[in-house]
Amino acid sequence: MSYAFQANGLVKRFGKTTALAGVELAARPGTVLGVLGPNGAGKTTAVRILATLLRPDAGTAEVCGLDVVRDAAKVRELIGLTGQYASVDEDLTATENLVLIGRLLDMRKAEAQARAAELLERFELTDDAGRRVSTYSGGMRRRLDLAASMIGRPAVIYLDEPTTGLDPGRREEAWRLIRSMTDGGGAVLLTTQYLEEADALADEITVIDHGTVIASGTPAELKRIAGGQTISVRPRDPGRLAEVAVILHAVSGREVESRRDMVSVPVGGDGDGAFTEAVRRLDAAGIGVTELSLRLPSLDEVFFTLTGRHTEEVAA
Amino acid sequence: MSSDVILESGIGVRGAERPRRRYRLVRHSLLLAGRSLTKTRRSPGVLSDALFMPIIFLLLFVYLFGGAVSGSTHAYLQYVFPGVLVMTMLLAGMLATGLSINTDIKKGVFDRFRSLPIGRSAPLVGLVLGDVIRYVVAAVVLFATGYLMGFRVQTDVPSALAAAGLATALGFAMGWINVLIGVLIREEVVVQTVAFLGIFPLAFGTNMVVPTDTMPGWLQAWVKVNPVSDAVDAARGLLVGGPVAHPAAMTLLWSAGFLAVFAPLAVSAYRRRS
Ligand SMILES: Nc1ncnc2c1ncn2[C@@H]1O[C@H](COP(=O)(O)OP(=O)(O)OP(=O)(O)O)[C@@H](O)[C@H]1O
Ligand SMILES: [Mg+2]
Repeated sequence: MSYAFQANGLVKRFGKTTALAGVELAARPGTVLGVLGPNGAGKTTAVRILATLLRPDAGTAEVCGLDVVRDAAKVRELIGLTGQYASVDEDLTATENLVLIGRLLDMRKAEAQARAAELLERFELTDDAGRRVSTYSGGMRRRLDLAASMIGRPAVIYLDEPTTGLDPGRREEAWRLIRSMTDGGGAVLLTTQYLEEADALADEITVIDHGTVIASGTPAELKRIAGGQTISVRPRDPGRLAEVAVILHAVSGREVESRRDMVSVPVGGDGDGAFTEAVRRLDAAGIGVTELSLRLPSLDEVFFTLTGRHTEEVAA
Repeated sequence: MSSDVILESGIGVRGAERPRRRYRLVRHSLLLAGRSLTKTRRSPGVLSDALFMPIIFLLLFVYLFGGAVSGSTHAYLQYVFPGVLVMTMLLAGMLATGLSINTDIKKGVFDRFRSLPIGRSAPLVGLVLGDVIRYVVAAVVLFATGYLMGFRVQTDVPSALAAAGLATALGFAMGWINVLIGVLIREEVVVQTVAFLGIFPLAFGTNMVVPTDTMPGWLQAWVKVNPVSDAVDAARGLLVGGPVAHPAAMTLLWSAGFLAVFAPLAVSAYRRRS
């Protein structure tokens, strides 16, 4: 069984700070690994080691069986990197950025231009391709940054918090593009602070905190650990909160939580059935709602379940 | 062996599709120099120092010291012009390059370059080569201003070009000192300060502005070992006549020395920088 990339016991210290204290990561070709963690968890450090930009103090990492330290030059032939902070050149146009990378990858000029045009089309930037990147919106810049890591058809793509700072619509759009990145059989390592994002994109998720892995598994496994999804209902008439609570309790069989004008209840495992049932019963009882949602636990809630601490305390 | 693993995983691999082309380091450096030039073309404001520095130096030196040193500004212009040429070329490269490298490598785009299968030195060499445009601008402006003020090349055009080339060679070689500083130091302001402190004794501790025999002994000693003095002598010989061979050889030797020491140091510092 071969992994597209694999890290074992990665340790990295910066002075007194231990950024990584023995991290294991792996993904098979054609899959997305989500690395989930709060600020300062060590996500960027892990990505930089796997991208040959940093040497680990201990542990090993391989890309397609090649060691990232010993065979760094060959590894660079196989990877594409979209860093946490914009890694495109603001003073160049989108086309110039992509063609430059293509040519640095030893493509002929015509080949690089064709590949750039193809990716610009796919990332919906064709109309703005001749404009300087400094005039781009955050979403466009991010899309270009994603496209740039794909120029050489890499076997492994690293995306470090690719949707941070994007509004929800733009985030969905980026998700769609990221999902298509594994079409050619490449593997993607994606770091994020949102369980929702990891759930939407990743085949496997590794949760790290303070440079150590605190959980790993499929999104479904992780959601199970974290207590599944939550249904929240805000009735139009606050006077009917008690009735809503009764319905939600009946549907889920769990303790409900009332907070001001909203009632929430956790639902185990697959929440879809319970959600549909709740909607049906609310409707039958004639209760109008202003808000009705089925959502995953936040990273904070996952953290609290796994470590008994909130992420804010971690970051502090 | 590596390609087996890769093919086994069924991924289209660039290495396999694309046979390695030749002269990769040169090609990559030139591509990145092209990027630098495009950026300069887009915001030519960054060349303003290369544009104004020669004019200000010439005006300042000629009208400030001219009367005192040579008795007439016209005679002094003949004396000081070769020195200003050397100093301008030193400053043109050194100040800008260290700074642009410092600001550039802090951005994510250098991370991407470093993750590409290109020579480790290519991004640095590219930046330094891209700055060659500064030398050209500075030299053209300097000769034009000098001409308007009354300076005439006493030799011939090839000699004048050689003088400019020699000054550029030393500027380019010493520019790597600042590349090293730019890579090592994280704060932009500090980069500029260190660059200034390093450049001033070199650029001004010469026989450029006044003849050496007017100076105190310790300064004469420094001026004699300062490689910039050799470059000034060589430029003087090439522009207005005088001995050329020895100072020119010394300048080239020093340039090669600076390049051989500081370019590898800068590259290895850049490689180790996280
Ligand atoms: N170059 C460096 N020098 C010193 N400390 C560093 C360096 N890079 C990272 N660190 C420290 O290592 C720890 C992990 O940092 P890292 O950037 O990997 O976290 P992260 O998970 O990417 O966080 P974020 O979500 O904020 O991007 C932090 O405490 C950080 O301050
Ligand atoms: Mg980070």
